[in-house]
Amino acid sequence: MTCLPKKTDKKLGLVIDLDICVGCQACATSCKEWNTSGYSAPLSDHDPYGADPSGAWLNRIHSFEATSAEGLAKTVHFPRSCLHCEEPDCVTVCPTGASYKREEDGIVLVNPDTCIGCKLCSWACPYGAREYDYDDGVMKKCTLCVDRIYNENIPEEDRVPSCVRACPTGARAFGDLGDPNSEVSQSVAERDGFNLLDEFGYKPVNKYLPPRINSVQAAPAVEEPAAPDGSRLEKLFAWADKALSR
Amino acid sequence: MHPAYSVIVFTTSSGAGYGLLFWLSLAHMAGRLPGGVMAFVAITLALALITAGLVSSTLHLGHPERAIGAFSQWRSSWLSREGVAAVATYIPAGLLGLIWLVGAEVGFTNILAMLSAIGAVATVYCTGMIYGSLRTIRQWNKGLTPVVYLALAGATGSLLLALLMSFFGAAAAWLGALTLVSLVVAGAIKLAYWRQIDADPGQYTAEMATGLGGQGGSVVPLDPPHTKPNFVMREMGYQVARKHAARLRRLSIITLFVVPIGAVTMVILAPGAASMLYLIATLAAAWGVATERWLFFADADHVSQLFYGATRA
Ligand code: SF4
Ligand code: SF4
Repeated sequence: MTCLPKKTDKKLGLVIDLDICVGCQACATSCKEWNTSGYSAPLSDHDPYGADPSGAWLNRIHSFEATSAEGLAKTVHFPRSCLHCEEPDCVTVCPTGASYKREEDGIVLVNPDTCIGCKLCSWACPYGAREYDYDDGVMKKCTLCVDRIYNENIPEEDRVPSCVRACPTGARAFGDLGDPNSEVSQSVAERDGFNLLDEFGYKPVNKYLPPRINSVQAAPAVEEPAAPDGSRLEKLFAWADKALSR
Repeated sequence: MHPAYSVIVFTTSSGAGYGLLFWLSLAHMAGRLPGGVMAFVAITLALALITAGLVSSTLHLGHPERAIGAFSQWRSSWLSREGVAAVATYIPAGLLGLIWLVGAEVGFTNILAMLSAIGAVATVYCTGMIYGSLRTIRQWNKGLTPVVYLALAGATGSLLLALLMSFFGAAAAWLGALTLVSLVVAGAIKLAYWRQIDADPGQYTAEMATGLGGQGGSVVPLDPPHTKPNFVMREMGYQVARKHAARLRRLSIITLFVVPIGAVTMVILAPGAASMLYLIATLAAAWGVATERWLFFADADHVSQLFYGATRA
């Protein structure tokens, strides 16, 4: 059913800390690895080792240069995946009901058995979070590792999304953002977590924590090399340099 | 947005078909449609164009064999509503064609014609709303979008009806007036639409999308997440050079409006060469509407491109 649930019991999602993400791509790689062999597998690639590689990935890591009004610039590594929005049109535009939002935990999923591959849902997502799989002919997107988080066949510490488990810096956290007492909600409250493109109004569940102010510093002044003074000694070195590099 | 040829063919061909169905139904209700072979040929052509369009639209699906599922979500999805309206329209239109084929004398053809006309309008409106309801694309998310679809379907459909009737030697004076008015109205609406999208620079910025830059700061992409364009960039990041787009826009104004309006005016002034002139008008408009539809996609910016270097969308 592509009508959205009035409310969901939980709001499972991710909190991504832009202050400590180092852009190592570990989350994207482990996401690809897990999801190419799990739910809605495989995530097909085309020409992966050739000149024009492409393929379906559910998590993409951008790097931006963010410059503040005062002119301080900072490199920010920026993981981007489905934000499991509360009111997304990617669900309501779907003609088949393949795209849906779960009432129990708010996860937005695509049913790979009923999706007709019309791609309309990807057009409705402002975050570019859905990627079409040309081999499967169906839409792919982040599942919040629905096949891990409730999976009693794997050790308890693994029952988090693959990206969260893989992140070496702890820049990704998983939890219930609908519960104000959860660890993720508290970190959002503490660090002024924000929504991407909040103005658009899809009410993303995933939150981002901003880079900390004190980690943005003015670049240290670079010492200017001394200008050549045209002395005999300098000329001698210039001659030697030219002679030796012949 | 990437202009997929299957979708261009679908929307223009079925648009003209529904336009033709609409006008011939109205003409029949007004007692102006010659019966017999002519009526049957007209409704067959309309249904053929519609069907060709619908078949072409399934070509870009990943799983056309599951298309039946697309009728299920009419509560929320304009695409689903379009499918339902399209299928529903086949029923009265098909019956009408059948009645005209066997030449049966039945009293309720006016009701079938009315239902066909309503179905045609509803279906084209749904097509327009598939695009018009997408808030991610500011050039589409306009009140005028479904109106443009309706007006162009009406204009191309009226040309087809005039062409057919002139071939059957039944080119009445009202046909000239009908085509002229529908072309002028469609032209005015499309020009207004272009003026509207040109005046809208987009309300979302890369700073809003990333939440970076703070008050008065800026964000530029440093490293892309992948070495070559991914699906999102290929599908949503398609861009046509501004100069090229302006040229195509002029071309579509000339072929879709100027030439047909000129030809129809000549028909009105000198009805002798009606079929030749309607043929020229129809061929020009067919080319023009395909160009217009191509531009409708190629001109459209998608909000997701804010993550890929667009500064506004
Ligand atoms: S991020 Fe995109 S795909 Fe995910 S729920 Fe929101 S609109 Fe849908
Ligand atoms: S691509 Fe699949 S999930 Fe997306 S709108 Fe079409 S049918 Fe629904």
